[in-house]
Amino acid sequence: MADPRHEPSTAARAALRPPIVGPGHTPTSVTDKIAAVVTAGTPRWWFLGAGGAFSLLGIFAISVFWLFAKGPGIWGINNPVAWGFAIINFVWWIGIGHAGTLISAILLLLKQDWRNSINRFAEAMTIFAVACAGMFPLLHMGRPWRFYYLLPIPNTFTLWPQFRSPLIWDVFAVTTYALVSILFWYVGLIPDLATLRDRSKNRFAASIYGLLAAGWRGSTRHWHQYEVASMLLAGLATPLVVSVHTVVSFDFAVGQVPGWHTTIFPPYFVAGAVFAGFAMVITLTIPLRYLFGLQDFITARHMENMGKVMLATGLIVVYGYAIELFIAWYSGNGFEQFMIHNRITGPYRYSWFALILCNFVAVQFLWSSRVRKSVLGLFIVSMFVNVGMWLERFVIVVTSLHRDFMPSSWGMYTGTIWDWATYIGTIGLFLSLMFLFIRFLPMISIFEMRMILPEAKNAKKGA
Amino acid sequence: MAQLFHRSANAVARFTIFGGVFLLAGLGYVGWIFAHSSFMTGENVYLKQPVPFSHDHHTAGLGIDCRYCHTSVEESNFAGIPPVATCMNCHNIMWKREDMLAPIREAYAGGDAIQWSRVNDMPDYVYFDHSIHVRKGMGCEVCHGRVDRQPLIRQATSMQMAWCLDCHRDPGKYIRPREEVFTMGYRPTEDSRSMAERLLKEYDVNPGTDCGVCHR
Repeated sequence: MADPRHEPSTAARAALRPPIVGPGHTPTSVTDKIAAVVTAGTPRWWFLGAGGAFSLLGIFAISVFWLFAKGPGIWGINNPVAWGFAIINFVWWIGIGHAGTLISAILLLLKQDWRNSINRFAEAMTIFAVACAGMFPLLHMGRPWRFYYLLPIPNTFTLWPQFRSPLIWDVFAVTTYALVSILFWYVGLIPDLATLRDRSKNRFAASIYGLLAAGWRGSTRHWHQYEVASMLLAGLATPLVVSVHTVVSFDFAVGQVPGWHTTIFPPYFVAGAVFAGFAMVITLTIPLRYLFGLQDFITARHMENMGKVMLATGLIVVYGYAIELFIAWYSGNGFEQFMIHNRITGPYRYSWFALILCNFVAVQFLWSSRVRKSVLGLFIVSMFVNVGMWLERFVIVVTSLHRDFMPSSWGMYTGTIWDWATYIGTIGLFLSLMFLFIRFLPMISIFEMRMILPEAKNAKKGA
Repeated sequence: MAQLFHRSANAVARFTIFGGVFLLAGLGYVGWIFAHSSFMTGENVYLKQPVPFSHDHHTAGLGIDCRYCHTSVEESNFAGIPPVATCMNCHNIMWKREDMLAPIREAYAGGDAIQWSRVNDMPDYVYFDHSIHVRKGMGCEVCHGRVDRQPLIRQATSMQMAWCLDCHRDPGKYIRPREEVFTMGYRPTEDSRSMAERLLKEYDVNPGTDCGVCHR
């Protein structure tokens, strides 16, 4: 129990930094509250939400079926803009995943314990976002069953993939990312799966959770091994926060097209990824904490912290936009200048101005602590950023490609109904996975929440 | 509460984890064998032909040159399948009442062609040219095997891309003097590597392995 000698310091700390758990919680109440989300019956809104998500997933199934039947010609891709929505959506989804890895790995190593109530959820978001992202390169192949051509495996051609191509680096970056994210997420779930195993009322559910908990009994040795594994995986995941989107940016930066061929792309993409990811975490957290009544665990301080990260990374992204403008002028390169000129005044100027509105103007409201503390304000800003980051990739991909060096190869690009259906379909895939996740797994890490309770801290200090 | 799992669950868990590794390795091995099997490649497969024409008998036995029938092999991408008229050059005097040759006579009389079953069939996305290979000193035997020993013709190699690239990456392994291209059972008379170096230079052989060499 709490040692009275430490009470004043705790109180002083609390005055300086608002608490990250609502008052009056004990380890038991935390476990009860979070596990009840899974073990209690299904709330009615879940059926509504999941029904909607599965309907969108149905749209995905239809658009994929039609794609396989007809080929990628049903998309709007054409000769100057050969990538179109597929790459825009790929980068958008991969970027969204990055917040999860940042929260789970970097903030863990930096001992930012406020992350404990959002990391599980954000990691799940990462995995689902990577799954959605992975769909696009596969579907863009037109013959996705040939995906193994991308892997350096023994084959009857005695050929390697083209290692000089950033697209192959992508394959490695994204598969590594998916693998490490899944491992990290699963290892972090094991103690909680054991909790659910012990709390499940029916034997079938208990067996499933028990199987997944891999014999976890919570012995000291188990906890010790867990801590080691978790730190190692955090160490592995940390470089991935930076490396994955760096490699994704190489898809563009290694090309020669004006608007792509710039050295600022890697840092600018990484910041954009974290920016987009935090926006998505906020978008998803706000309704969920309300629906499940989890305001005690995901507090106003969490929302405000996430708002701050979004503001900081948003400013880096805006710096990237500014540098693009500056370099176009400073380089004196005619093609570069034309690219910027065309971006701002050309046929796609609306998307550029909308991008500035979403990613620059809207984010400035986060300077105000009133907006950061207002749930509605944060939600609106995060929705702007979700749209803005999609527009950013649209601007980069389409305006750069549609007018490159040779006027003879200029063209226009618009997404067809199937482009949109596939994109909305992956949102359905993402939401479906999310709804299944919040129903069957604890969306907040139970044992990590217990560790940040005031009494756990005092026990540590007393020891 | 009773234990969820029996003690044996530990052993099952260990077995499935390690077993999974072996299962994956085993599946990979089976896949490898399958991909190289004649079921997939058609290697060594004989096809049913309308007339059981024997290359063995006509070349080794009678000494007819390849080019007597495959007339365009030196000028065209296609080696050429002879018209029935070529058969009838001889078979209107010898074996002229043989039942086996009835389809030839009927086709000749009706001005038709024999529908031979194609043994060496490249996929349509592969561009292959016989004439350049013959010009650069690649013997028939290199790809078609000992035709003089095949009563019915069979696909002598896997014809997988690995097989094409094996030679395109190092044609010196298979090159021979132009005079020996149509020879069956050719044995180099001089040191093969130094001869290969000389011939590669003399015939200006650089086949290339760019995608566009074969996939045009």
